Amino acid sequence: MSITGPEATFAAVLAPFAAAAIAPFATRLLGANAAWPLAVVPAAIFLFFAGLVPDVAGGASFTPAVDWVPAYGVSFSFYVDGLSTLFALLISGIGTFIILYAGGYLKGHPHQGRFFSFLFLFMGAMLGLVLGNDLITLFIFWELTSITSFLLIGFDHLRAASRRAALQALVVTGGGGLLLLAGFLMIIALTGVTDMATLLAGGDILREQALYPLVLLLVLGGAFTKSAQFPFHFWLPNAMEAPTPVSAFLHSATMVKAGVYLLMRMHPVLGDTAMWTTILPIFGGITLLVGTLLAVRQTDLKLMLAYTTVASLGLLVMLTGTSWEKAIEGAVLYLLAHSLFKGALFMVAGTIDHEAGTRDVTKLGGLRGAMPITFAAACLAALSMSGLPPFVGFIAKEYLYAGTWGATGAHQAVTAVALIGNALMLVIAAAVALKPFLGPKVETPKHAHEGPVLLFAGPVALSLAGLAAAVMAHATGVYFISPVVSSVLGTATEVEVHLIPGYIGAALILSMVTVALGIVLYLKLDALRAAMARTLAAIGWGPDKGFDQVIAGIVSFSGSFTRLVQGGRMDVYMTLTFLVTALALLVPLTLTGNWPSAVPMPDFRFYEWGILAIAASGLFAVLVAKTRLTAIVSLGIQGFAVAVIFMLFGAPDLSFTQFMVETLSVVILALVMTRLNLRPSDHRPMLPRIVQGTIALGVGVGLAGLLMRITELSFDRSLSDFFEAYSRTIAHGRNIVNVILVDFRGFDTFGEIAVVMLAGLCVLALIRVRPKHAREEALDRAAGDEALQKSGEARL
Amino acid sequence: MAASDYSVDLSQAMRMDAVPPGDWLMIAPLVITILGGALCLMARKNTDSQPKIAIIFLTLLVLACAGLLARVLDKGVLTMVAGNWLPPFGIAFTVDAMGATLALTSSIVALAAAVFGINDIDSSGRRYGFYPFLLLLMTGVCGAFLTGDIFNLYVWFEVLLISSFGLLVLGNERAQLDGAVKYALLNIIATTLFLIATGLLYGILGTLNMADIARKTASSGVDGPLMTVAVLYFLAFAMKAAAFPVNFWLPASYHTPRIVVAAVFAGLLTKVGVYALLRIFGLLMPEARLVLSDLIAVVAIATMLTGVIGALAQTDLRRLLGYLVISGIGSMLAGLAMGTGPAMAGAIFYAVHSILVMTALYMTAGVMRGLGGSYSLRELGGLYRASPLLAAAFLMLAFAVSGLPPFSGFWPKVLLVDAALRDGHGWIAGAILLTGLLTTIAVGRVWIYAFWRGGAEGTADGQLTASLAVPREVGGAAVWMPIALLLGLVVIIGLQPEFMMQVAQRGASTLVEPLGYLRSVFGDIVQ
Repeated sequence: MSITGPEATFAAVLAPFAAAAIAPFATRLLGANAAWPLAVVPAAIFLFFAGLVPDVAGGASFTPAVDWVPAYGVSFSFYVDGLSTLFALLISGIGTFIILYAGGYLKGHPHQGRFFSFLFLFMGAMLGLVLGNDLITLFIFWELTSITSFLLIGFDHLRAASRRAALQALVVTGGGGLLLLAGFLMIIALTGVTDMATLLAGGDILREQALYPLVLLLVLGGAFTKSAQFPFHFWLPNAMEAPTPVSAFLHSATMVKAGVYLLMRMHPVLGDTAMWTTILPIFGGITLLVGTLLAVRQTDLKLMLAYTTVASLGLLVMLTGTSWEKAIEGAVLYLLAHSLFKGALFMVAGTIDHEAGTRDVTKLGGLRGAMPITFAAACLAALSMSGLPPFVGFIAKEYLYAGTWGATGAHQAVTAVALIGNALMLVIAAAVALKPFLGPKVETPKHAHEGPVLLFAGPVALSLAGLAAAVMAHATGVYFISPVVSSVLGTATEVEVHLIPGYIGAALILSMVTVALGIVLYLKLDALRAAMARTLAAIGWGPDKGFDQVIAGIVSFSGSFTRLVQGGRMDVYMTLTFLVTALALLVPLTLTGNWPSAVPMPDFRFYEWGILAIAASGLFAVLVAKTRLTAIVSLGIQGFAVAVIFMLFGAPDLSFTQFMVETLSVVILALVMTRLNLRPSDHRPMLPRIVQGTIALGVGVGLAGLLMRITELSFDRSLSDFFEAYSRTIAHGRNIVNVILVDFRGFDTFGEIAVVMLAGLCVLALIRVRPKHAREEALDRAAGDEALQKSGEARL
Repeated sequence: MAASDYSVDLSQAMRMDAVPPGDWLMIAPLVITILGGALCLMARKNTDSQPKIAIIFLTLLVLACAGLLARVLDKGVLTMVAGNWLPPFGIAFTVDAMGATLALTSSIVALAAAVFGINDIDSSGRRYGFYPFLLLLMTGVCGAFLTGDIFNLYVWFEVLLISSFGLLVLGNERAQLDGAVKYALLNIIATTLFLIATGLLYGILGTLNMADIARKTASSGVDGPLMTVAVLYFLAFAMKAAAFPVNFWLPASYHTPRIVVAAVFAGLLTKVGVYALLRIFGLLMPEARLVLSDLIAVVAIATMLTGVIGALAQTDLRRLLGYLVISGIGSMLAGLAMGTGPAMAGAIFYAVHSILVMTALYMTAGVMRGLGGSYSLRELGGLYRASPLLAAAFLMLAFAVSGLPPFSGFWPKVLLVDAALRDGHGWIAGAILLTGLLTTIAVGRVWIYAFWRGGAEGTADGQLTASLAVPREVGGAAVWMPIALLLGLVVIIGLQPEFMMQVAQRGASTLVEPLGYLRSVFGDIVQ
């Protein structure tokens, strides 16, 4: 395994996990400055993947693998190609600056070390996700990103909003993950292929399956929840409760793109079908519009950015969903552009918040003098986001318009949606980059000044990267865009990327229209915001509220259901248990037609009839007994009668035992009765009497019927014969029953002796141990399961 | 009497070849636990030495079970008969990979509990039998996993039931007695049904040896009254396993005893019931399983969903965990309902996972109570700050019980969902996945309230108000080591599932392809 070859992918993916382990110690040692050495890890990973770029751009792909669970056909394997390399570069590259930024942002926070750890765990998980080849391996990393995202969103855990957002994100993305798992397992079951590389080489291997629609829906379930597509978009803005480094890294640049990644990854095998080109553009388009419109409504810088992230994800899904080659080129360019500018803008928003003490855009202004570097970075990033030259955002927009406008099908609709979305995106970009910095200086909660280098390194680097990618458009095209587009389309594709449009075409005109529309809307931003606020207030309900209602509904249903089935009343439990027993006897006997054939009149002698009559009258006496004591004694009558029957039919040992047991149980029960503080008689209302009587009768009839049916069969005597043959000759005993007890089945007897001893110990424990304190009041409160507590905690 | 009366050909009635030394491992778990239990009983008054005796003997038990599993993996199914009587006439112990694995897992849990008990059980609890009960409980548990005779299985169930009753009442508090009465009565009904069914089974087949039963049902089919007996068995063990709707005893009792007792119960008791179901319907009466598969599937789904729904309804941590135990039973039953090799392997794997994770969760709950002073989610809070170690442990266990990677619960879930999808039981797959999601919510709520929230219910936003014990005072190594042991296994199985996967597959293959089992009992005459 060479250190620089593709085999080292293992090391690259596992390195962040190692960094996670040492981060707390490093932070304890170095404080916030631990960010510098820690950032070396993602930087090294970045360089490693950058080293692979020339090979990958040349069309090579690698699938390093080791066996993991061979018994179940799971390997720990990666797939390094254009698409995964671009993602790995974004994750490690942006990750480097996020680590630095986190060093400055959470300086002095008591849990900064833990924060670094979580970030590194996420980074490793995310790398594993985009590089994963084996479907199970990929899925595991997929879920790990949800788990780490949960921990990071809830980092500020003392606030209820953080906690709620964390669990909400976990439930939505985790739930989607389960759909994805089902989808992957179905793919494996249908095709027998367990890894992405082989699957992608399989052409129509999935599209030709009858179950293709189900597979697609399951995969989309995973992708749409992760990438916050409408109607699952609500968790993402709520996730802004996380510290800003998290928002910049997970919830804009990387994790939320996992869904888009998956769609692009699987496009060659799942895409380009009627279902794909219908569902994806529709949901993507709705998400784009909803995202931008809701962004306009916000005044919180982070929320404005969050909603435009939702919108951008919608745009990417929409473009990927068209399956048009040019649109996908646009999507890939936009993906790159978005990660750079959105990461930078989030960090800018965080820096403003950190330095000025607020991120409410209406309470900010005039910071340009105090924070010139941040302002510059914000402008560069915002220009890219607005789709203006000379930034990669501009190129992306050119390509996507070129892709959507010229295509066949519903291209006007797609283009129109993209245009409105892009215009509104420009509005938000301008609002975020200009409002806090321009205009008269506004008094902010903290006295604002430029942040430390840890804070501005990230925004500056990322926004400059957006510029560089555009200026070196050709290289960007050769090294990044072409390989990725080839991956997404499944065929080698050359994409020529130019900064300067070659001719005045539809794309350029659409760009101009977008910019013009955006500027107009920006000037009317306050009116627009008010209008949106009114509209939303009029609707009054959204999926976010719906989520709460669903959870509350589940919890309250759980409460009432559980109180119903586990009410705490022993008589109900017993009745139900015997009801089930009766059914377990009667139903199969009837369904299999195994009731005994007509019962022949037994050929009894008169005294045998007599004994039977005694047994029956004993039972009758139990039923009519006025007091419990009489009932107990009457039950003894029946028992003695049975003992006599045993004797008459040649089982003296059994009979003797039965006499003993009956005598002892009557005596003991009677004694216990005298000590118990019970009413002497057991009065039950009529209805329970009938119900319980019927159930008892059912159990009795069932058991008797089954027993009689079995006695109709011929009995296999081989064991009896064996015991008869060898009891005396080998075991040296004439009483076969005794020999069975002490020899043939002496092992059972041994166990039963243990039972007797244990029973004695139990009695001892019951009698002798007394509770030390009279804590009865407290116990009554918590006692038994009657006191099933009402759950009022319906809300998360 | 002439000596010639006794001169018979012994080989007609007995196994004549000597038992290989390694095969004695089959019986070692019983010897070790009974001996240890007796010694603990003799040291009744000496409450300091009891834990030491118990830990020594349970360590031996773990080693014996590990050796036994290694031997089974090496040599295949092993059989040993009491008194050398030829099967099916004597009582056979027949050990396959499933039995040995479950015995090993259980013994590890028991060892952990013995250590945890040092702190959790006071001297009066020891004097009245915590350690003897624990060791004899293991006699019952191991006996049940290892025996090859269905009546003998009944005996071990009785041992298990009575010793668990003893553990349940230790302390004699009112809530405990309320729980113990419900536990005992409902379980005795189940045990009695088991006994009745066994008597009737003997009446039909004339044998009690499991391999013999399997052989006979394979040739006779289940059309006659045997089917009704099979349903009786299903009911009896479904009650033991706490399947819906006959699981009243579990939520009524698991929250009442000392937490270490609840931890052992949560790990072991229901799993013995599941084991019996797998054994009987996998090996003994596979045709009855075919007939009942839809019923079992409905029961399985109802059990997993009602279980997790019950968990969502709770604010008491112990009750919540009890319902999660039930929910897990549903997943194992789903494996039985499908009955294919991979599905059965999933059920076995799930059982091992559930034993480890549920015990560890109850122990963790005990520590949470120690730190936060309550089991109520309304009163707990601030534990994240109080003990990051505890938080990490709980979080990993919570993800494990939800079936999230990379922990032990993930793999059996994948196996079961995969098996369901391959067999066209989409609804079973859906139910398992939905249960996983709801479980995440249930344990997520615990995490959010007990760990992340700053204090009891109603704590102001951003405030840390919980007054918490210092972690050191909650217990030293005796508390943390058992949790670390179980948690370590949960993580290792999650990261390196290969061994468990192989073992589970071996166990399942014995059930689906019983030839090796039959040959081990009857020799090569079986085809």
